[in-house]
Amino acid sequence: MNKVKSLDDLRKMRESVRASLDLREKSDHPDQMVQVKVSMATCGIATGAKEIMNYFIEALNRKKVDALVTQTGCMGYCYAEPTVEITLPGKDPLVFGYVTKAKVDELIDKYIKEGILLDDILPITYTVVKPE
Amino acid sequence: MCCGTGCRASQSEQIIANLQEILLQKELQEEVQVVRTGCFGFCEKGPVIKIVPDNTFYTEVKPEDAELIVQEHLIKGRKVDRLLYLNPETQEHEPDSKHITFYKKQYRIALRNCGFINPENIDEYIARDGYLALGKAITEMTPEGVIQEITASGLRGRGGGGFPTGVKWNFTCKVEATQKYVVCNADEGDPGAFMDRSILEGDPHSVLEAMAINGYCTGASKGLIYIRAEYPLAIERLKIAIAQAEEYGLLGEHILGTDFSFDIELRYGAGAFVCGEETALIHSMEGLRGEATLKPPFPSERGYNGFPTNVNNVETYANIPVILLKGADWFQQIGTEKSKGTKVFALAGKVNNVGLIEVPMGTTLREVIFGIGGGIKDGKRFKAVQTGGPSGGCLTDKHLDRPIDYDNLIQAGSMMGSGGMIVMDEDDCMVAMAKFYLDFTVEESCGKCSPCRIGNKRLYEILDRITKGRGTLDDLDNLRNLGSVIKDTALCGLGQTSPNPVLSTLDNFMEEYEAHIIDHKCPAGQCKALLSYVIDPYKCTGCTLCARNCPANAITGERKIPHVIDTKLCIKCGVCMEKCRFGAITVQ
Ligand SMILES: Cc1cc2nc3c(=O)[nH]c(=O)nc-3n(C[C@H](O)[C@H](O)[C@H](O)COP(=O)(O)O)c2cc1C
Ligand code: SF4
Ligand code: SF4
Repeated sequence: MNKVKSLDDLRKMRESVRASLDLREKSDHPDQMVQVKVSMATCGIATGAKEIMNYFIEALNRKKVDALVTQTGCMGYCYAEPTVEITLPGKDPLVFGYVTKAKVDELIDKYIKEGILLDDILPITYTVVKPE
Repeated sequence: MCCGTGCRASQSEQIIANLQEILLQKELQEEVQVVRTGCFGFCEKGPVIKIVPDNTFYTEVKPEDAELIVQEHLIKGRKVDRLLYLNPETQEHEPDSKHITFYKKQYRIALRNCGFINPENIDEYIARDGYLALGKAITEMTPEGVIQEITASGLRGRGGGGFPTGVKWNFTCKVEATQKYVVCNADEGDPGAFMDRSILEGDPHSVLEAMAINGYCTGASKGLIYIRAEYPLAIERLKIAIAQAEEYGLLGEHILGTDFSFDIELRYGAGAFVCGEETALIHSMEGLRGEATLKPPFPSERGYNGFPTNVNNVETYANIPVILLKGADWFQQIGTEKSKGTKVFALAGKVNNVGLIEVPMGTTLREVIFGIGGGIKDGKRFKAVQTGGPSGGCLTDKHLDRPIDYDNLIQAGSMMGSGGMIVMDEDDCMVAMAKFYLDFTVEESCGKCSPCRIGNKRLYEILDRITKGRGTLDDLDNLRNLGSVIKDTALCGLGQTSPNPVLSTLDNFMEEYEAHIIDHKCPAGQCKALLSYVIDPYKCTGCTLCARNCPANAITGERKIPHVIDTKLCIKCGVCMEKCRFGAITVQ
């Protein structure tokens, strides 16, 4: 990795990583990548988020669904852990709570494959300060 | 359809059933899906329904409204005005949930990236303006300029004391020395608090970036993060973050081609509460006993190894990059007159939505507990909320509508502390609660000064006596006197605040203390020694089940004749009450 050598460098870098992340997030190309984020802070892991993440990856492989699974920090819904955020191409992200292995299968078969909503969606109850 | 506990209690399931039935009748079940969601934090106005994709928000919906919603909204495309959220300020119905100011009740600044980015990937942080504030500071601003901006923003320390951050930075900056240090206090010792842990686990780079900015301002080239070894995941993510930042040249020598160099190391704490106090923390890092020392000298003058050291809390740091990018004026607008910005709270105890929340200063306790928190579990009655952990006090009904900020909480006899917020209901005994915290402080006192070492122990003993029904009315005066002497004479913040839980419960719940002392009763039914199990002779059928299960052989009686409990033998295990099939055994 080359070091970031100046503020301009950093800005350019921001634009390029943003572009690649955006491609992942906003594209409405139908066969574009589905994104799954598992909340993996101590609170999530304590309720089994690690297993859920592993199971998600395994189940996606088994069902031959292309999706990018990543981890993230605490979303704040400790009462509903494990929580998982799913972004379908061209749609707003949705957070699902109380995720079990059975629920993972359902999420893949119903929501990811067919766009059918499932119970235990967690409403976003906050606004976030916007980046520049 | 919101199916949070609040809405469920007001018939959300019935509404779902009605909606489904009507959709079936109209053969719309393929086109319209009814889905249960978690709590919207809108419980006062429940049950609530949100219709997507048009973002209509219906409040106080009744089961019989289902038909109207399907007929009017879903079939004819006309919103049902009567059920739309009524904006309390404008008295107008809001057709679109995006305009409902309610959602501004939680505003995420410190938690801006938690749950959004992968904390182990620096690119995702950079995509959200990461390290841009550092870049801006070291290439376009003078250290004084940065400090001025932070001072003007009104940011105050989030570690408990609420000291103005810019002023502290200025102190450290002004001291002449060959070496200076920047320290991040990630000790987080309050029972039930996990704000700092969540920030470090979810967004470690924001803290690293802010520490480097602090280094630039104060003239320090070295940063140290003091973190408790009990936070392995946070430690691991910090290590990954530091390595990535070094690899990118955002930490290390000549950052972004400037003359500024800064690196960060971790130091581990063994989990002593007093080591969160800044002087004790510094001694612990030096390899000495974790004991507090008298201030002044403040760490800003003489800290780690005798050099000027700037200590700030994790959450304080997490605010810094945003302030520099958005400007002090923007930050100034959020919060109250003397407390700017937001505060993160770990909401715990008897509320429905236990979790991590961030609200602008000035939000009321009611909005936090009954709005975001979804109200009290199992429909019980709210009794008190403890803020500030073992250093704080408890607040009651009468404080619910007070805006939360540093000064208001102190005035009410509690404090902001680091942000723990424990909600208690009618089943919690306030005397036992005060005893719990005292037990904690006695355990955690470093023992250096006598008011805290001996005084707190005495406070604990008196409380213990009261919970066992052996207290006297004199004890109440003793608690008060001793408590205020400890506050005035203890050496460090631990002892100076440890009597707060006792003093504030004395102020707000005198009748509970009196009930323990005069009537030998615990109104909440929590203090075991004051409970007695009794069998109601009219309900007892003489089945002998309780007698056969009592581990202490305290129950006697013949078959088919009401049984009796010998209170002297009873160990109050509660087994008999659990076993009795006739509800004949009660606890008083
Ligand atoms: C007993 C005691 C425990 C403390 N624990 C913490 C802690 O866990 N985390 C923290 O940031 N500050 C803690 N503090 C406050 C620190 O002494 C110090 O004021 C703070 O780290 C300064 O940072 P700030 O100005 O950003 O709040 C504690 C203070 C006392 C008296
Ligand atoms: S107040 Fe308590 S913790 Fe602080 S120095 Fe005295 S004995 Fe130690
Ligand atoms: S509470 Fe326990 S010890 Fe007391 S009478 Fe009942 S079963 Fe026996």
